[in-house]
Parts: sequence; structure tokens; C-alpha cells
Amino acid sequence: MSSKISALPPSTSSPVAATAIAQIEDLTFAYGRQPVLHGINVEIPRGKVVAVMGQSGCGKTTLLRVIAAALMPTRGRARVLGQLTSDLDRDALYALRRRMGMLYQFGALFTDMSVFDNVAFQMREHTDLPEDAIRDLVLLKLEAVGLRGAAPLLPTALSGGMARRVALARAIALDPELILYDEPFTGLDPIALGVIARLVRQLNDTLGATSIIVTHDVAETLPLVDYVYFMADGRVVAQGTPDEVRRSGVPFVEQFVSGATDGPVPFHYPAAGYPADLGLAGAA
Amino acid sequence: MRAALTHLGAVVTAGIWRLGYGARFFGYLLMHSGTAFRRFRLTVREIYFAGVLSLIIILVSGLFVGMVLGLQGYDTLQRYGSSEALGVLVALSLVRELGPVVAGLLFASRAGSAITAEIGLMKATEQLSAMEMMAVDPIARVVAPRFWGGVLSMPLLAALFSAMGIFGGYLVGVVLIGVDEGAFWSQMQAAVDVRNDILNGVIKSVVFGVAVTLIAVFEGYDAAPTAEGVSRATTRTVVMSSLAILALDFVLTALMFTGGN
Repeated sequence: MSSKISALPPSTSSPVAATAIAQIEDLTFAYGRQPVLHGINVEIPRGKVVAVMGQSGCGKTTLLRVIAAALMPTRGRARVLGQLTSDLDRDALYALRRRMGMLYQFGALFTDMSVFDNVAFQMREHTDLPEDAIRDLVLLKLEAVGLRGAAPLLPTALSGGMARRVALARAIALDPELILYDEPFTGLDPIALGVIARLVRQLNDTLGATSIIVTHDVAETLPLVDYVYFMADGRVVAQGTPDEVRRSGVPFVEQFVSGATDGPVPFHYPAAGYPADLGLAGAA
Repeated sequence: MRAALTHLGAVVTAGIWRLGYGARFFGYLLMHSGTAFRRFRLTVREIYFAGVLSLIIILVSGLFVGMVLGLQGYDTLQRYGSSEALGVLVALSLVRELGPVVAGLLFASRAGSAITAEIGLMKATEQLSAMEMMAVDPIARVVAPRFWGGVLSMPLLAALFSAMGIFGGYLVGVVLIGVDEGAFWSQMQAAVDVRNDILNGVIKSVVFGVAVTLIAVFEGYDAAPTAEGVSRATTRTVVMSSLAILALDFVLTALMFTGGN
């Protein structure tokens, strides 16, 4: 499969390194002996919404975890918010993470806490704010995602879309500089999906933050983002603005954007000849 | 033959690796237990879940175990004309052995499995990762309060188990069968020693509390983040805890009650 996917050189309108909030240079990452990312170079410009797209298993979530400093590069460098993640001790790592927010695929809300307490969690852990101030801030965040009325509910009482919005309110609780989204649109109905997409853009611009979205949802993502990286088999195969990647002519990107069943990514998993598998080789 | 030896080697190596990982986990847990005491309400909450919610099973089991001891003890003692010593038999059996051991086994089944399942599910649903991403150490915030909650609950549960057991023995021996009440209590009072019997029983229950809760939190934290992984971890908690209690009980009994005690 990988041999059929040709890489595209960086776009002429590639993000500007001087204002990059995250820079990944020649990154290689392996889980044990299993290589996942190969020679990745990515720059995330400050203030933009950037998507990392690709098939399931292409390594995009691993790349997000490297940016979040949850995984350390096997080779290469990851510089996030001005710091090399591999140089950080535990305290410095936690200090860095206080400047980030992350939205997980299914929200990852604390199921033993109410919606209010989920959003208040970081404020209580990391600040000395009085409970009155925390209450006002939590209601502010919940109002931003349209769920102020759901504050007393438990996560089990929420729909998938509502849980994702609460998780978003929790991710922005401390006004992070960098917001990371891991498959934020998975499993949502069209209305919830549209709401989340609008909130991602709106919150990024309102907070003056930078957002990185890992997703394979083409239709919702391309109109929303400023820049896109396409990944396949652990490599960046195309990048550019949404218009540039649509016109890129890279066969993999065209197949991915159009949702064609066959192409550089074949429909059939590699296998021996069909007649041979059916025991018809001799008859033929 | 070669394949079998390779497999055996892999199993032994994996076991030793896991033991080392568990020891490091325990060390890290102790080092980051400050939160569990600075914000003691987190630990109190876990005492409620591990301790208070285990009360019913502990008290009912204690009562029945004490009643059975009363019946069996009377049956044996009355053959030798020593039925007044029933109180001593019931109390020593419970305080020295059955209280800590049976309460520990019940605690492992009721609270240990619940702790493993809860932490394992938090891991499977990425709640622990989310906490880590919020710059909050899950071992300090989630694991340590549960560990200390369990360790503090276990001796109290064992004491309540023994107390209920003695009451059960009293019900059967004195109220039902008619053993002399004065002899029942006074012989118990004379024969049960605070240091040799009660304190040693308390030490046992503390050791069992540490063992069961450590196994429970470790298995939950180390569980594969899938439904099957959590299920296996919960089963391992109950099996490993039960074996640990019985093995530790033998070692502690050998250390405490040999040499004429």
C-alpha cells in the first residue's frame, strides 16, 4: 500500500516557522520495535486551526500524543510552546500541559463527577480561586458550549454530542494556548457534529488559541481549518491549505477526499490468488 | 522441548518483570501519597466506598461465623465439661485468626474487586490519560486515596467482624444453649491478652489491608484498557489477594504465636 502513495513536497504557503507554536522535526516514533512514524516534519502556526488527516492506523493520533508530550520521539525533535519535550522533567512537563487542553475521542469525562465538577476539576487542582469565582468561571465555560443548564447532570445522563461539548468546556477551562482534538467528530449525529465543528473554530478565535485536530472526517474538517497535513503509513504525504490539498492531484488525497473505495489504498487486503484460495487453481 | 523451555523462560521473566514493576509502582505510590493526607476528604470518600459500603457483608458474615463457632465450640467443649470456656474459644478464634483472615477475604471480594474495576475502567475510557494531560498525577489523585482508604478501612472492618462474631457466639452459646453468661464473659476477659491477641490481630489486618489494596490498585492501573482486560484484572485481584492473605497469615502466625503464646 505504501508504495502506491506518493509524497507531495511542502506547500508554497506552508506555515511560518517563526510563529510556530509546535515544530516537529524529522520525527521517528516506534512502539517497541513497531515503527509508527517515519521522518515527520510538521509546523503548527500560532493562532491557526490545523488538521492532521489520514486513515485509521496511519499514525495521526500517535503524532498528536507526541505533540502533547504523552509520547517521546524515538528520533528527531518535538518543540511545543517553545520547549523541547524530550528535555522536560515531570514538573516541567506538567507546567507545559497546563498551557494545553485536550479533547479525547469520546470525551473521557470523569464519570463519578457532575458536569460542573468536571469543568471545575482543573481550576480546583491548579488554582487557589475561591469557590464563588470557580462557579462563575465554570458557568461561563458551559455557557460557551451551550450547556450551562446541564451543570448538575452526571456524564451518564448526557448524549454523545453533549458529552463532547462538556469535554470541550473542560479542555478550555484554563484558557489554554494550544488545544488538541483527537477525533472530535467520531460517532456524532449531523447536528452535534456541526455544533462541535462551529465551536472548535469559534473557541479558537475567541481564546486566541491554536488548535490541532486529528480526524478522518473530510466534509466537516476542510471548511473549518486553515491548514491540513495528510498522513499515510506514518508519513506526511501532502500538506497545504484546504483548497491546495483539494487541487493537489496526489492520488491518495483524491481518494481520501472523494471517499473512493479503490485506489492507492486498495479495497482488498493483500492475499493469495482468489482461485487458489477456493481450490480452483488446478481446474483453471 | 526447546519451545517449552523458551515458553517457561518467558513466563518466569515476565513474572519477575511484573514483580519489579509492582515494587516500583508501590514506591511511587508511597512517594506521591501526600495528596491523600493533605486533602483527606478524598481518602474519606474512599473509606466510605471501601469500608462503609462493605459493612453489611462484614457484619452479617461475622455474625454467622460467630454463631457457627458457638455451635461447634460448644459441641466439643461440653464433652470435656468445659463449656464455660466457650467465650474464650470464640474470642481467640476470631481475634487471632478468623477476624482478620475472613474479613480480609471478604474485603478483597467486595472492595478490592470494585477498586480494580473502577481504576481499570477509568483507564479504558481514557479518564486517567485525560487527568495526566491536565497536569494532574493520577497516582496521587486517584490511586493514593483509594490505597489509603482501603488500608485504613481494613482493620476497622476486621474489628467489627470479630465483635459481631463474638456477639454471634454469645447468642448461640448463652441465649440459645444456656451457657453461663458470667463464665462466658469473665473467662474471655481473663484469657484474651491485649498485646498477644488483640494487637497481633490488628497487625494482621493492617498487613492484609496493605496487601489487598495494593494488589487492587496495581491490577486496575496495569489493566489492559479493554473490557476483557478489566475483567481479567478484577479476577486477578480476587485470586491474588486471597492467596496473599492466606500466605501472609501463615507467615505472621508463625512469627507471632510460636514460642509458647
